Amino acid sequence: MKTIYVDNNATTQVAPEVFEAMKPFLQDLYGNPSSMHFKGGEAQKAMVEAREKVADAVGANPDEIVFTSCGTESDNAAIVGTLESHPEKRHVVSTRVEHPAVWTLCKHLEKKGYRVTMLSVDREGRLDLDELRAAISDNTALVTIMCANNETGVIFPIEEIGQIVKSRGIPFHTDAVQAVGKIPLNMKKSTVDMLSFSGHKLHAPKGIGVLYIRKGTKFSPFLIGGHQERGRRGGTENIPYIVGLGKACELAARHLEDENNRVRSLRDKLEEGLLERIPDTLVNGDREHRLPNTVSVSFEYVEGESILLMLSNLGICASSGSACTSGSLEPSHVLRAMGIPFTAAHGSIRFSLSIYNAEEDIDYILEQLPPIIERLREISPFWRDYIKASSRK
Amino acid sequence: MWDYTEKVKDHFMNPRNVGEIEDADGFGEVGSLACGDALRLTFKLDEDRRIKDVKFKTFGCASAIASSSALTEMVKGKTLEEAEKITNRDIADYLGGLPEEKMHCSVMGREALAAAIASYRGERVEKEEFEVICKCFGITDKEIERAVKENNLHTVEQVTHYTKAGGGCESCHPKIEAIINKVWGEKERKPVLVKPAKGEKLTNIQRMRLIEETLEREIKPALRQDGGDLELIDIEGSKVLVALRGTCSFCPSADFTLKQYVEAKLREFVADDISVEVKE
Repeated sequence: MKTIYVDNNATTQVAPEVFEAMKPFLQDLYGNPSSMHFKGGEAQKAMVEAREKVADAVGANPDEIVFTSCGTESDNAAIVGTLESHPEKRHVVSTRVEHPAVWTLCKHLEKKGYRVTMLSVDREGRLDLDELRAAISDNTALVTIMCANNETGVIFPIEEIGQIVKSRGIPFHTDAVQAVGKIPLNMKKSTVDMLSFSGHKLHAPKGIGVLYIRKGTKFSPFLIGGHQERGRRGGTENIPYIVGLGKACELAARHLEDENNRVRSLRDKLEEGLLERIPDTLVNGDREHRLPNTVSVSFEYVEGESILLMLSNLGICASSGSACTSGSLEPSHVLRAMGIPFTAAHGSIRFSLSIYNAEEDIDYILEQLPPIIERLREISPFWRDYIKASSRK
Repeated sequence: MWDYTEKVKDHFMNPRNVGEIEDADGFGEVGSLACGDALRLTFKLDEDRRIKDVKFKTFGCASAIASSSALTEMVKGKTLEEAEKITNRDIADYLGGLPEEKMHCSVMGREALAAAIASYRGERVEKEEFEVICKCFGITDKEIERAVKENNLHTVEQVTHYTKAGGGCESCHPKIEAIINKVWGEKERKPVLVKPAKGEKLTNIQRMRLIEETLEREIKPALRQDGGDLELIDIEGSKVLVALRGTCSFCPSADFTLKQYVEAKLREFVADDISVEVKE
């Protein structure tokens, strides 16, 4: 059975070139870069080279790059590290559609006595910048707003937001885990102070992340231990994975155009095809300001997990915002924040493509998904009621 | 990724008895689009009043569809008296087991059957008689109590897995806990120490333990219902030093709460000379 992997916002396959680049560091080149001997030197040299490639990918200076274990650690470090550096301020501004790495942390901070303002989004998943302006106070320690949403792909106007935040002299962090490699980012021309991203969304392995910290930004280390990363993040550097990430960043820069053209047109073909072939289908999120690879669709009157399992049996890998798949009993907090009705939220499916997808993948999905929805609608009590009701009109 | 048995997968991919009987003898519908789970069950009886034909329609995940399919197979040929003895555990066992978090799908099956049987008998399942404990999912105390008894549940988390109650805003957790305790008896919940009779003096250790226990059992749950919380910082003799957390930390009534509620409760349960102060 052929694998049609269209769940790249969840994780991506490791690029063969990345794996090749990593191998020597899992074999003979095993030194600790802090060591004084030649084996340490080998590791140190590889790390310096990788750091340059990573910095280039986001237009940063190499010494502004801190390696972490994952996107979640980068987010936690940025937020907690900033709060610790400004202990007199107890207010944080974020949004209702952040990834759990930020969202759950904010809820935790509230329990600890911080005041957190979660900006709302409209039905298209867009922010209201006036709400942001009104939310910022003299007690605001940090504004943290994601660059692009993992569920809907909606892109926030980060530079506009940054202008507002910086004009009040407040540190600005963005979770760019879904954006890096898909849209161009340049920290030299940006208002962002801190930016998180993660290896496994970029065809590097899971277990490596980055926190970009603009020079001059106050930051208290989150992981405290040795002097690594210039005292900003303790722990022996994960050399094989850092090298892998460096290679992945190099490839991402090369593939950015392909991602934004060919992959975008595949996504558009999939979206249009589904809307055309399956009745009562909606697209969730702003279709204009969106990542080129993502589409979130809702199929009314059927439930997400059932759709995913049937797709999985055919080799198609996607994900959903339904309650059954969210890990809790409520549908995704992102779709709820957008005011998507429950009828649609439970039946939502997210497709997220990558440069490794081809046109025949899309054609196959367009062929296989309509019968699945039809079948599940036959089993659903609501579909027949809906048909009966609409035929009476 | 749920660990589904082969039988669950089979009943999901090849569900038996999908449909709706037009002039059914029994009609039961539970759940809703909002809940993410719904089941409509219809049956027809033969001359011997046994279930001759039964059909289902389900909106829900693989567990929901599989549970519905299994249930229809289990009730065929049974009298209503026999059918209504089927528990949600029976449905789960028929399928070779369901993941804990999906047990509420089997409970939904049993509820739809109960509703269908009640409709045949002309009874109405009066939800208004019972108290809705979980407002997010509309679950009553009767349903929670039944699930607790039939499945030997002891924690709020288990109740959530089996009924969904408490899986939304979580503000009903203390009430769910109260129902669990009611079912299994209050033994574990009696305080270890009691306020001494007049004239008796508490030792330091006794006083500190009693203060901690009173905070945990009596005071914190009430604050948490409003999103607030309290952290015990220190105890110096009869002076209790606390820090306000959550919504309490910026609530204008915090002082009032501290004196009229927290201090009063501690004086009631521990000693008359307790005073409460906030750590700056």
